Amino acid sequence: MAKPTQTGRFRDTEAASGLALISPTALYATLLLAAPLATIIIYSFMTDGNLSIIWDFTFSNYIETWTSKIYRSIMFRSLSVSVAVTVLTVLLAYPVAYFVSFQVAPDKKSLWLFLITIPFWTSYLIRVFLWKVILGYNGVINSGLISAGVIDEPLTAISYNVQAFVVTLAHAYAPFAILPIFVALEKIDRSLLEAGQDLGESKFRTFLRVTLPLSIPGVAAAVLIVFIPTIGDYVTPNLIGGGKIPMIANVIEKLMLKGDNKPLGSAIAVSAMIIVTLVSLLFLFLIRKYLRAVK
Amino acid sequence: MKFSGLRIYTIGYLIFLYAPILLLPLFAFNDSKVIAFPLSGFTTSWFSQMWADDNLWKALKNSMIVSSSVAVLSTVFGVFAARATTRFSFPGKGGILGLIMLPLVLPEMIVAMSLLIVLLAIGFPLSIFTIILGHVLICTPFAVAILSSAFQSLDKSLEEAAYDLGETPFSTFRLIIFPLVMPGIISSLLISFTISLDEFIIAFFLGGNETTLSVYIFGQFRFPAKVPAIMALGTILVCLSILLLTIAEYFRRRGLAKSGGKDTGGFL
Repeated sequence: MAKPTQTGRFRDTEAASGLALISPTALYATLLLAAPLATIIIYSFMTDGNLSIIWDFTFSNYIETWTSKIYRSIMFRSLSVSVAVTVLTVLLAYPVAYFVSFQVAPDKKSLWLFLITIPFWTSYLIRVFLWKVILGYNGVINSGLISAGVIDEPLTAISYNVQAFVVTLAHAYAPFAILPIFVALEKIDRSLLEAGQDLGESKFRTFLRVTLPLSIPGVAAAVLIVFIPTIGDYVTPNLIGGGKIPMIANVIEKLMLKGDNKPLGSAIAVSAMIIVTLVSLLFLFLIRKYLRAVK
Repeated sequence: MKFSGLRIYTIGYLIFLYAPILLLPLFAFNDSKVIAFPLSGFTTSWFSQMWADDNLWKALKNSMIVSSSVAVLSTVFGVFAARATTRFSFPGKGGILGLIMLPLVLPEMIVAMSLLIVLLAIGFPLSIFTIILGHVLICTPFAVAILSSAFQSLDKSLEEAAYDLGETPFSTFRLIIFPLVMPGIISSLLISFTISLDEFIIAFFLGGNETTLSVYIFGQFRFPAKVPAIMALGTILVCLSILLLTIAEYFRRRGLAKSGGKDTGGFL
């Protein structure tokens, strides 16, 4: 029998089997995700030519991204919309998750979750459009209030503006907030709550000192799951705002395609990713600090 | 039944969640071109107008090709990744898995644009094939998440017993592992299919001249006269997706019953 070679021995190890098995998926993600992302990072340092890219290293795209009033205000708008959506969605979702986890009989929980997830599986575009129908000038709310005699003229504060974006997105991302919080609440050992109350804490104090800190991992997951994609939402500004109130994704699209300034578009995309990452990390840091303070 | 404040709040929240969907059938059957109250009368003409539109059927055909290919491909990629990460430990596991799951936390516009730039740069023609490429990227993380929990609940001793009884790794996979994770595979197929069917940004930018269902819907919203027919289409889609979801839920529960797991509910 031949002596096992280095490669032969390596092939038999657990590490090799694992790597071999994951390689098709990993290769796909490398070619179609990592490589394109690397491309836009490289592009963001290049100079824009007419219908082409000039291979000339520069920081000017980033300087323009961060100093131009327009891009700064659009970035700020995207950030504030997604922060508002995140806060609203998570605050509204928490009591729902709490109710399903603590007050619904175990065999009915699936049914409630099913009811919560159904609207989320219907066409996103149509749902967004229907919010325009609900919130618009002659929409459901305005025509309802007018025919009820509450107001004489349509409320403009709810139509085709940033507030309408927030409502629409808070609706679109509701299940993403409810499910992780629910999972975290489900994991809480119920005897801890009894112990809290046996030791003389009120129900509310038990909630603040036991339930809430233990459910924080779920809340943190919910915040990140809602915050990260909403900042890049393209459909809502387009359908509800009629394209007049762009968010960052609309700007990236415009620069990459019609505007034909791929380096600047790439720099804005990369900056958006960096901002999202930094805000997320800051948030996780604060969460950890809070959890340590509670302990 | 107890009518606590929380229950009333939750029911109110459900009304908020369902409000737009409840409006769909109202306007689909409403005899007016304007999508606004008051309703004027009953009609089914929007359904026939929708049915007669050739572009809809072309888009639907494209969507079916895209979504079923995406469902199969992402589930296959998901099986590889989920099996590798639940069964083996290897160097760089966290990093590789992180890359595969990255589309979950990346704005879709960035995924679409970076892919588009590369495709344009290498002169690759845009078609429904390029939509499939992009969709597989964003559906694979969901497939991996679903399939990981299916593979995780596998009892390793079953597999070892099969080896002891002389089965090869491949026949063990086919005879033992595959049937046990089947429910996970079916829900992964259904969920990838649904995500791909509903996805708009990648389909819009990577499709070239080809339209999928969501791109078709987006196009119709530009013409106010076409909107009622879209409400009719939406009504049908809602019914279909509830049907699909019920099937997915059925298989998920059966899978839990098979592996003896506890029902924690939900897909995530």
